[in-house]
Parts: sequence; structure tokens; C-alpha cells
Amino acid sequence: MISVQDLRVRFGPVEAVRGVTFAVGEGSSFGIVGESGSGKSTVLRALSGLNPDWSGRMTIAGTALTPKRSRDFFRRVQMVFQDPYGSLHPRQTVDRALSEPLLVHGIGDIDRRIRQALSEVALPAAARFRYPHQLSGGQRQRVAIARALMSEPEVLLLDEPTSALDVSVQAEVLNLLADLQDRRKLTYVMVSHNLAVVAHLCPMVGVMQGGEMVEMISAEDLRAGRTRHPHTADLRRLSTELEEA
Amino acid sequence: MSASIDRTWLLSEAPASRAQAAWGRRYRLWCDFRANPLAMGGLVIAVVLVLAALFAPLLATYDPSAQELANRLATPSAAHWLGTDELGRDVYSRLLFGGRVTLGMVISVVVLVAPLGLAVGCVAGYFGGWADTLLMRVTDVFLAFPRLILALAFVAAIHPGVTSAVIAIALTAWPPYARLARAETLSIRNTDFIAAVRLTGASSVRIILRHVAPLCLGSLIVRVTLDMSSIILTAASLGFLGMGAQPPSPEWGSMIATARRFFLDQWWVPLIPGIAIFVASLAFNLLGDGLRDVLDPKQR
Repeated sequence: MISVQDLRVRFGPVEAVRGVTFAVGEGSSFGIVGESGSGKSTVLRALSGLNPDWSGRMTIAGTALTPKRSRDFFRRVQMVFQDPYGSLHPRQTVDRALSEPLLVHGIGDIDRRIRQALSEVALPAAARFRYPHQLSGGQRQRVAIARALMSEPEVLLLDEPTSALDVSVQAEVLNLLADLQDRRKLTYVMVSHNLAVVAHLCPMVGVMQGGEMVEMISAEDLRAGRTRHPHTADLRRLSTELEEA
Repeated sequence: MSASIDRTWLLSEAPASRAQAAWGRRYRLWCDFRANPLAMGGLVIAVVLVLAALFAPLLATYDPSAQELANRLATPSAAHWLGTDELGRDVYSRLLFGGRVTLGMVISVVVLVAPLGLAVGCVAGYFGGWADTLLMRVTDVFLAFPRLILALAFVAAIHPGVTSAVIAIALTAWPPYARLARAETLSIRNTDFIAAVRLTGASSVRIILRHVAPLCLGSLIVRVTLDMSSIILTAASLGFLGMGAQPPSPEWGSMIATARRFFLDQWWVPLIPGIAIFVASLAFNLLGDGLRDVLDPKQR
């Protein structure tokens, strides 16, 4: 479904992503982990079309991606952002946020679709006409997920979708994402610095360090500690220590 | 409509329609605003002034241009509430009709300037690059002109009158709004919620109009209200210098100008339009301050 070959992204003199290659099958999930500044979010932004200054080869469903994307691309590929406090327009109600993709793509039947989307992400119908500041962090992230699903995409790019939420809400949102993937046959690419979160959702994980993907490892191997690269081992040790602490 | 519009409807935590949510938000802003007595004072005065100007024909006790030379420069009395001017015209009535000219000029300037500044600023800020450079250098050029002098030169070059005064003030008043809107846009354009709209595939025009501009509007309204006093002063200055409204049209600035000869002996004649200018400027300043507390997102 998605294939990325030798992706390079440059910010001025700094090469933030240095030749990343991976592939994700249809209906599957791929996780990217790494420390802050390892280039993992940059990969996602290049894939989503938000950052047009990249080189390399990326295809989604067999079509090669260009720096400027078509409207059809945005219908098929959507993204959920890290910070649910920053990814919703502060002056727009949930209703408005959800109807925007429908209006842009000329999809009709707005009223029914919004009600359905709200129930799909387990938000009460009463939340429909609320402003973001009237919702909790978890509810906002559900709205952001619902908005990403409005145009019925095939690919969902998840940029640390749970890291701004507290632990109990994290689990809810992760389970929601897993449910949605089952129901809609979505393909996920998920970026996180939390190994447990990634391993929960993604059978394959890529570990990034300094703009390079240093290891590709299956979630099982990761859990069992069968790592090959020292950085993966470091990350794993850190996260288990954190959990025990 | 069966649902009654009252406090519970407005403050509902679960609005049932977009309109209810929007009105609820506005009502909350209004509640914040109402808690500020100075700002409320400014609002009340501004509304009274605008209403007085609108209903001048009903409120005036005399024809503003009717002369009564036997009774010139009269002190305020029951017949002439605020006295008469050098041609025996009733000052109270002239003040009301003068409000139409002065406030009318201010409102026309704002109507011309605010959308222009908003559009230039949002486009420059959103697109960046050469569009930003071009638009902002043009803005800088206009910003470099001293306002009153450019207005004077412009009015003198065309012909003195209300229309040319409005155009002249507008020409020099828009650059600060463009800068303000650009600064706001720069802080908005890289946020995740704008990125999310871009990912829906929306066109730039749609993003600017529906997502960026509404967020710039709050601080723009505040700035416009605070600027109204300086626009009033500029309009009155032009009138005072004989470059704005022409006699016999009663404009506050030109009323002071024609009465300034009597400043020592019949001081109330120039003083009264002066007080009107002062009160109007003060009211808009107080209103602007109150609006800033409520609308400026950086304050909350």
C-alpha cells in the first residue's frame, strides 16, 4: 500500500531524514519510533504532503507521490496530529470541523455522516455543537480522528496520537484506533516515542536515530528483546525502566 | 421557533445547532465585556452618539443652517440649549448634524480600511515569500507617509470635501491593519489545525477566508476601535484646516475652526464641538480597551 524508498528531507544545511526506506502492506500498520529530533515526524509530514521539500521515491497504492498533491490524494490519505489542543480550530465547533472535509470534497449527506462519525468514535451526540475548549483532551483527539475519517481515507498517518493524553485515555484512543482499523481496513503509519504504544498497534516497527532507520524489527521480537541494533536496545531498556518506575 | 432565546439556551453546554453554539459563545464574550464598567461606559456613549447622529432630524430643535443674525453668539439658554454661533445658528442642532458628518467619515474610513488591511495582511502572511515581500514593502511605503500631511496634500490636489477627506485618511490608515493581520496570520499558519485543513485539500482562498481571517478579526476589531479616536481627530483636524467638510455643512472640526476667533470672549462656542470630539474619542478608546480584554486571544 505504502512504499518509501531512500527518502531524504533537508532543512537548510541539516539533513533531517537520511535515506529512509520502508513498506507497509494494505490494512497493516507500521510504527516508527525514535527520540525527539530523530526525524520520525518529518518522515510522516513528507508522506502527508505537508513538507514538499523531499527527495526519494514514495508511492501510495502504486501511485508515485509528487511534492504537490492532488485533492484526490487528500481524500485517500489523512493524518492525526500529536497535540489535540492545537489541531482543532479554536473558533470552530466540532460540527464545523467535521463538515469541512465533506464540503471541500463535495460529499453530500453531511448531517447523517457527522452523526455517524461521532458515534463511530464514541463521542456523545451532545458534543456535536461544542467548541474544542469545552471538550477534554481525549474527546478532542476523538474529534481529530473523526475528522481524519470523514473523507473515508485508506491510509491514516498518526503522529504521536496519544502522547499528549494521560495514560487511561491513551489506552481508550489506542483501542479506538485498533477497532477502526478492523472495521475500515485502514493502513496506518504511526510515529511515537513510546515503544509500548507502537508495539500495541503495529506488527512491524522501524527504529530511527539521527535521521536514519537503524533497525526494522517485528513487535514480537521487540517485546522479547531480540534486538540487533544497540539503539533499539537502549530505547527498549529505557521504556521498561520507565514502566517499572 | 419553539425554543425561547434566554440565558439557559445561550449558556447550554450541549447546544443543539451551530447557531446556538455561536450565539452562546458571543453571549459569554458579552458577559465578560459587561463586567468591565469603563468599557460599558464607552459602549453606551458611543451608541448614544451614533443614535444621536442617526436621529438628528428628530432631536434637533432648529434647522442647523438657519441663521438668526440678531441673536448671534448667544449664551446657552432655554431657547438655544448650547447657545448660537457667529451666524446665530443653533449649536445644539449643528452638533447633532455635525455628528453625522464626523462619525459618518469615521465609519466610511473603517469600512474602506479594515477589509483591505485584513486581506493584504492575511495574503502576505499566509503565502510568505515574494508575495509577502511585495505586499509588505508597499505597506511600508504607505506607512512612511505622515498621515495628516499626506491627507492634506491629497485633499489639496483633488478638491476639499468629505469624500476626498475620507479617501485621504483611508489611504494612510490601512497599513497598520495589514501589519497586524500579517503578524496574526504568521502565528496561525503553521499551527496543526491549519495543517489539518490543508490536508483536507482545501484551496488557499478557502483556508484564508474561512480559517485564518476569522482568527485575525478579533485583534483587528480591537485595533480599529482604538484607532477610531485618531481617525476622528484626523477628520476634525482636516475640517479645522478647511480641507474636510465645507461650510455650511456642520462638521465638528470646522465648527471649532470658524468659532476660534471667539475663543476668549464667547468660549463656549468653540468649546462645545471640542467636547464632542473629546467625548467621542474617549468613548471609542474605552470601548477598544474593553474589547481587547475580551477578544484578544493572547490575553486569555
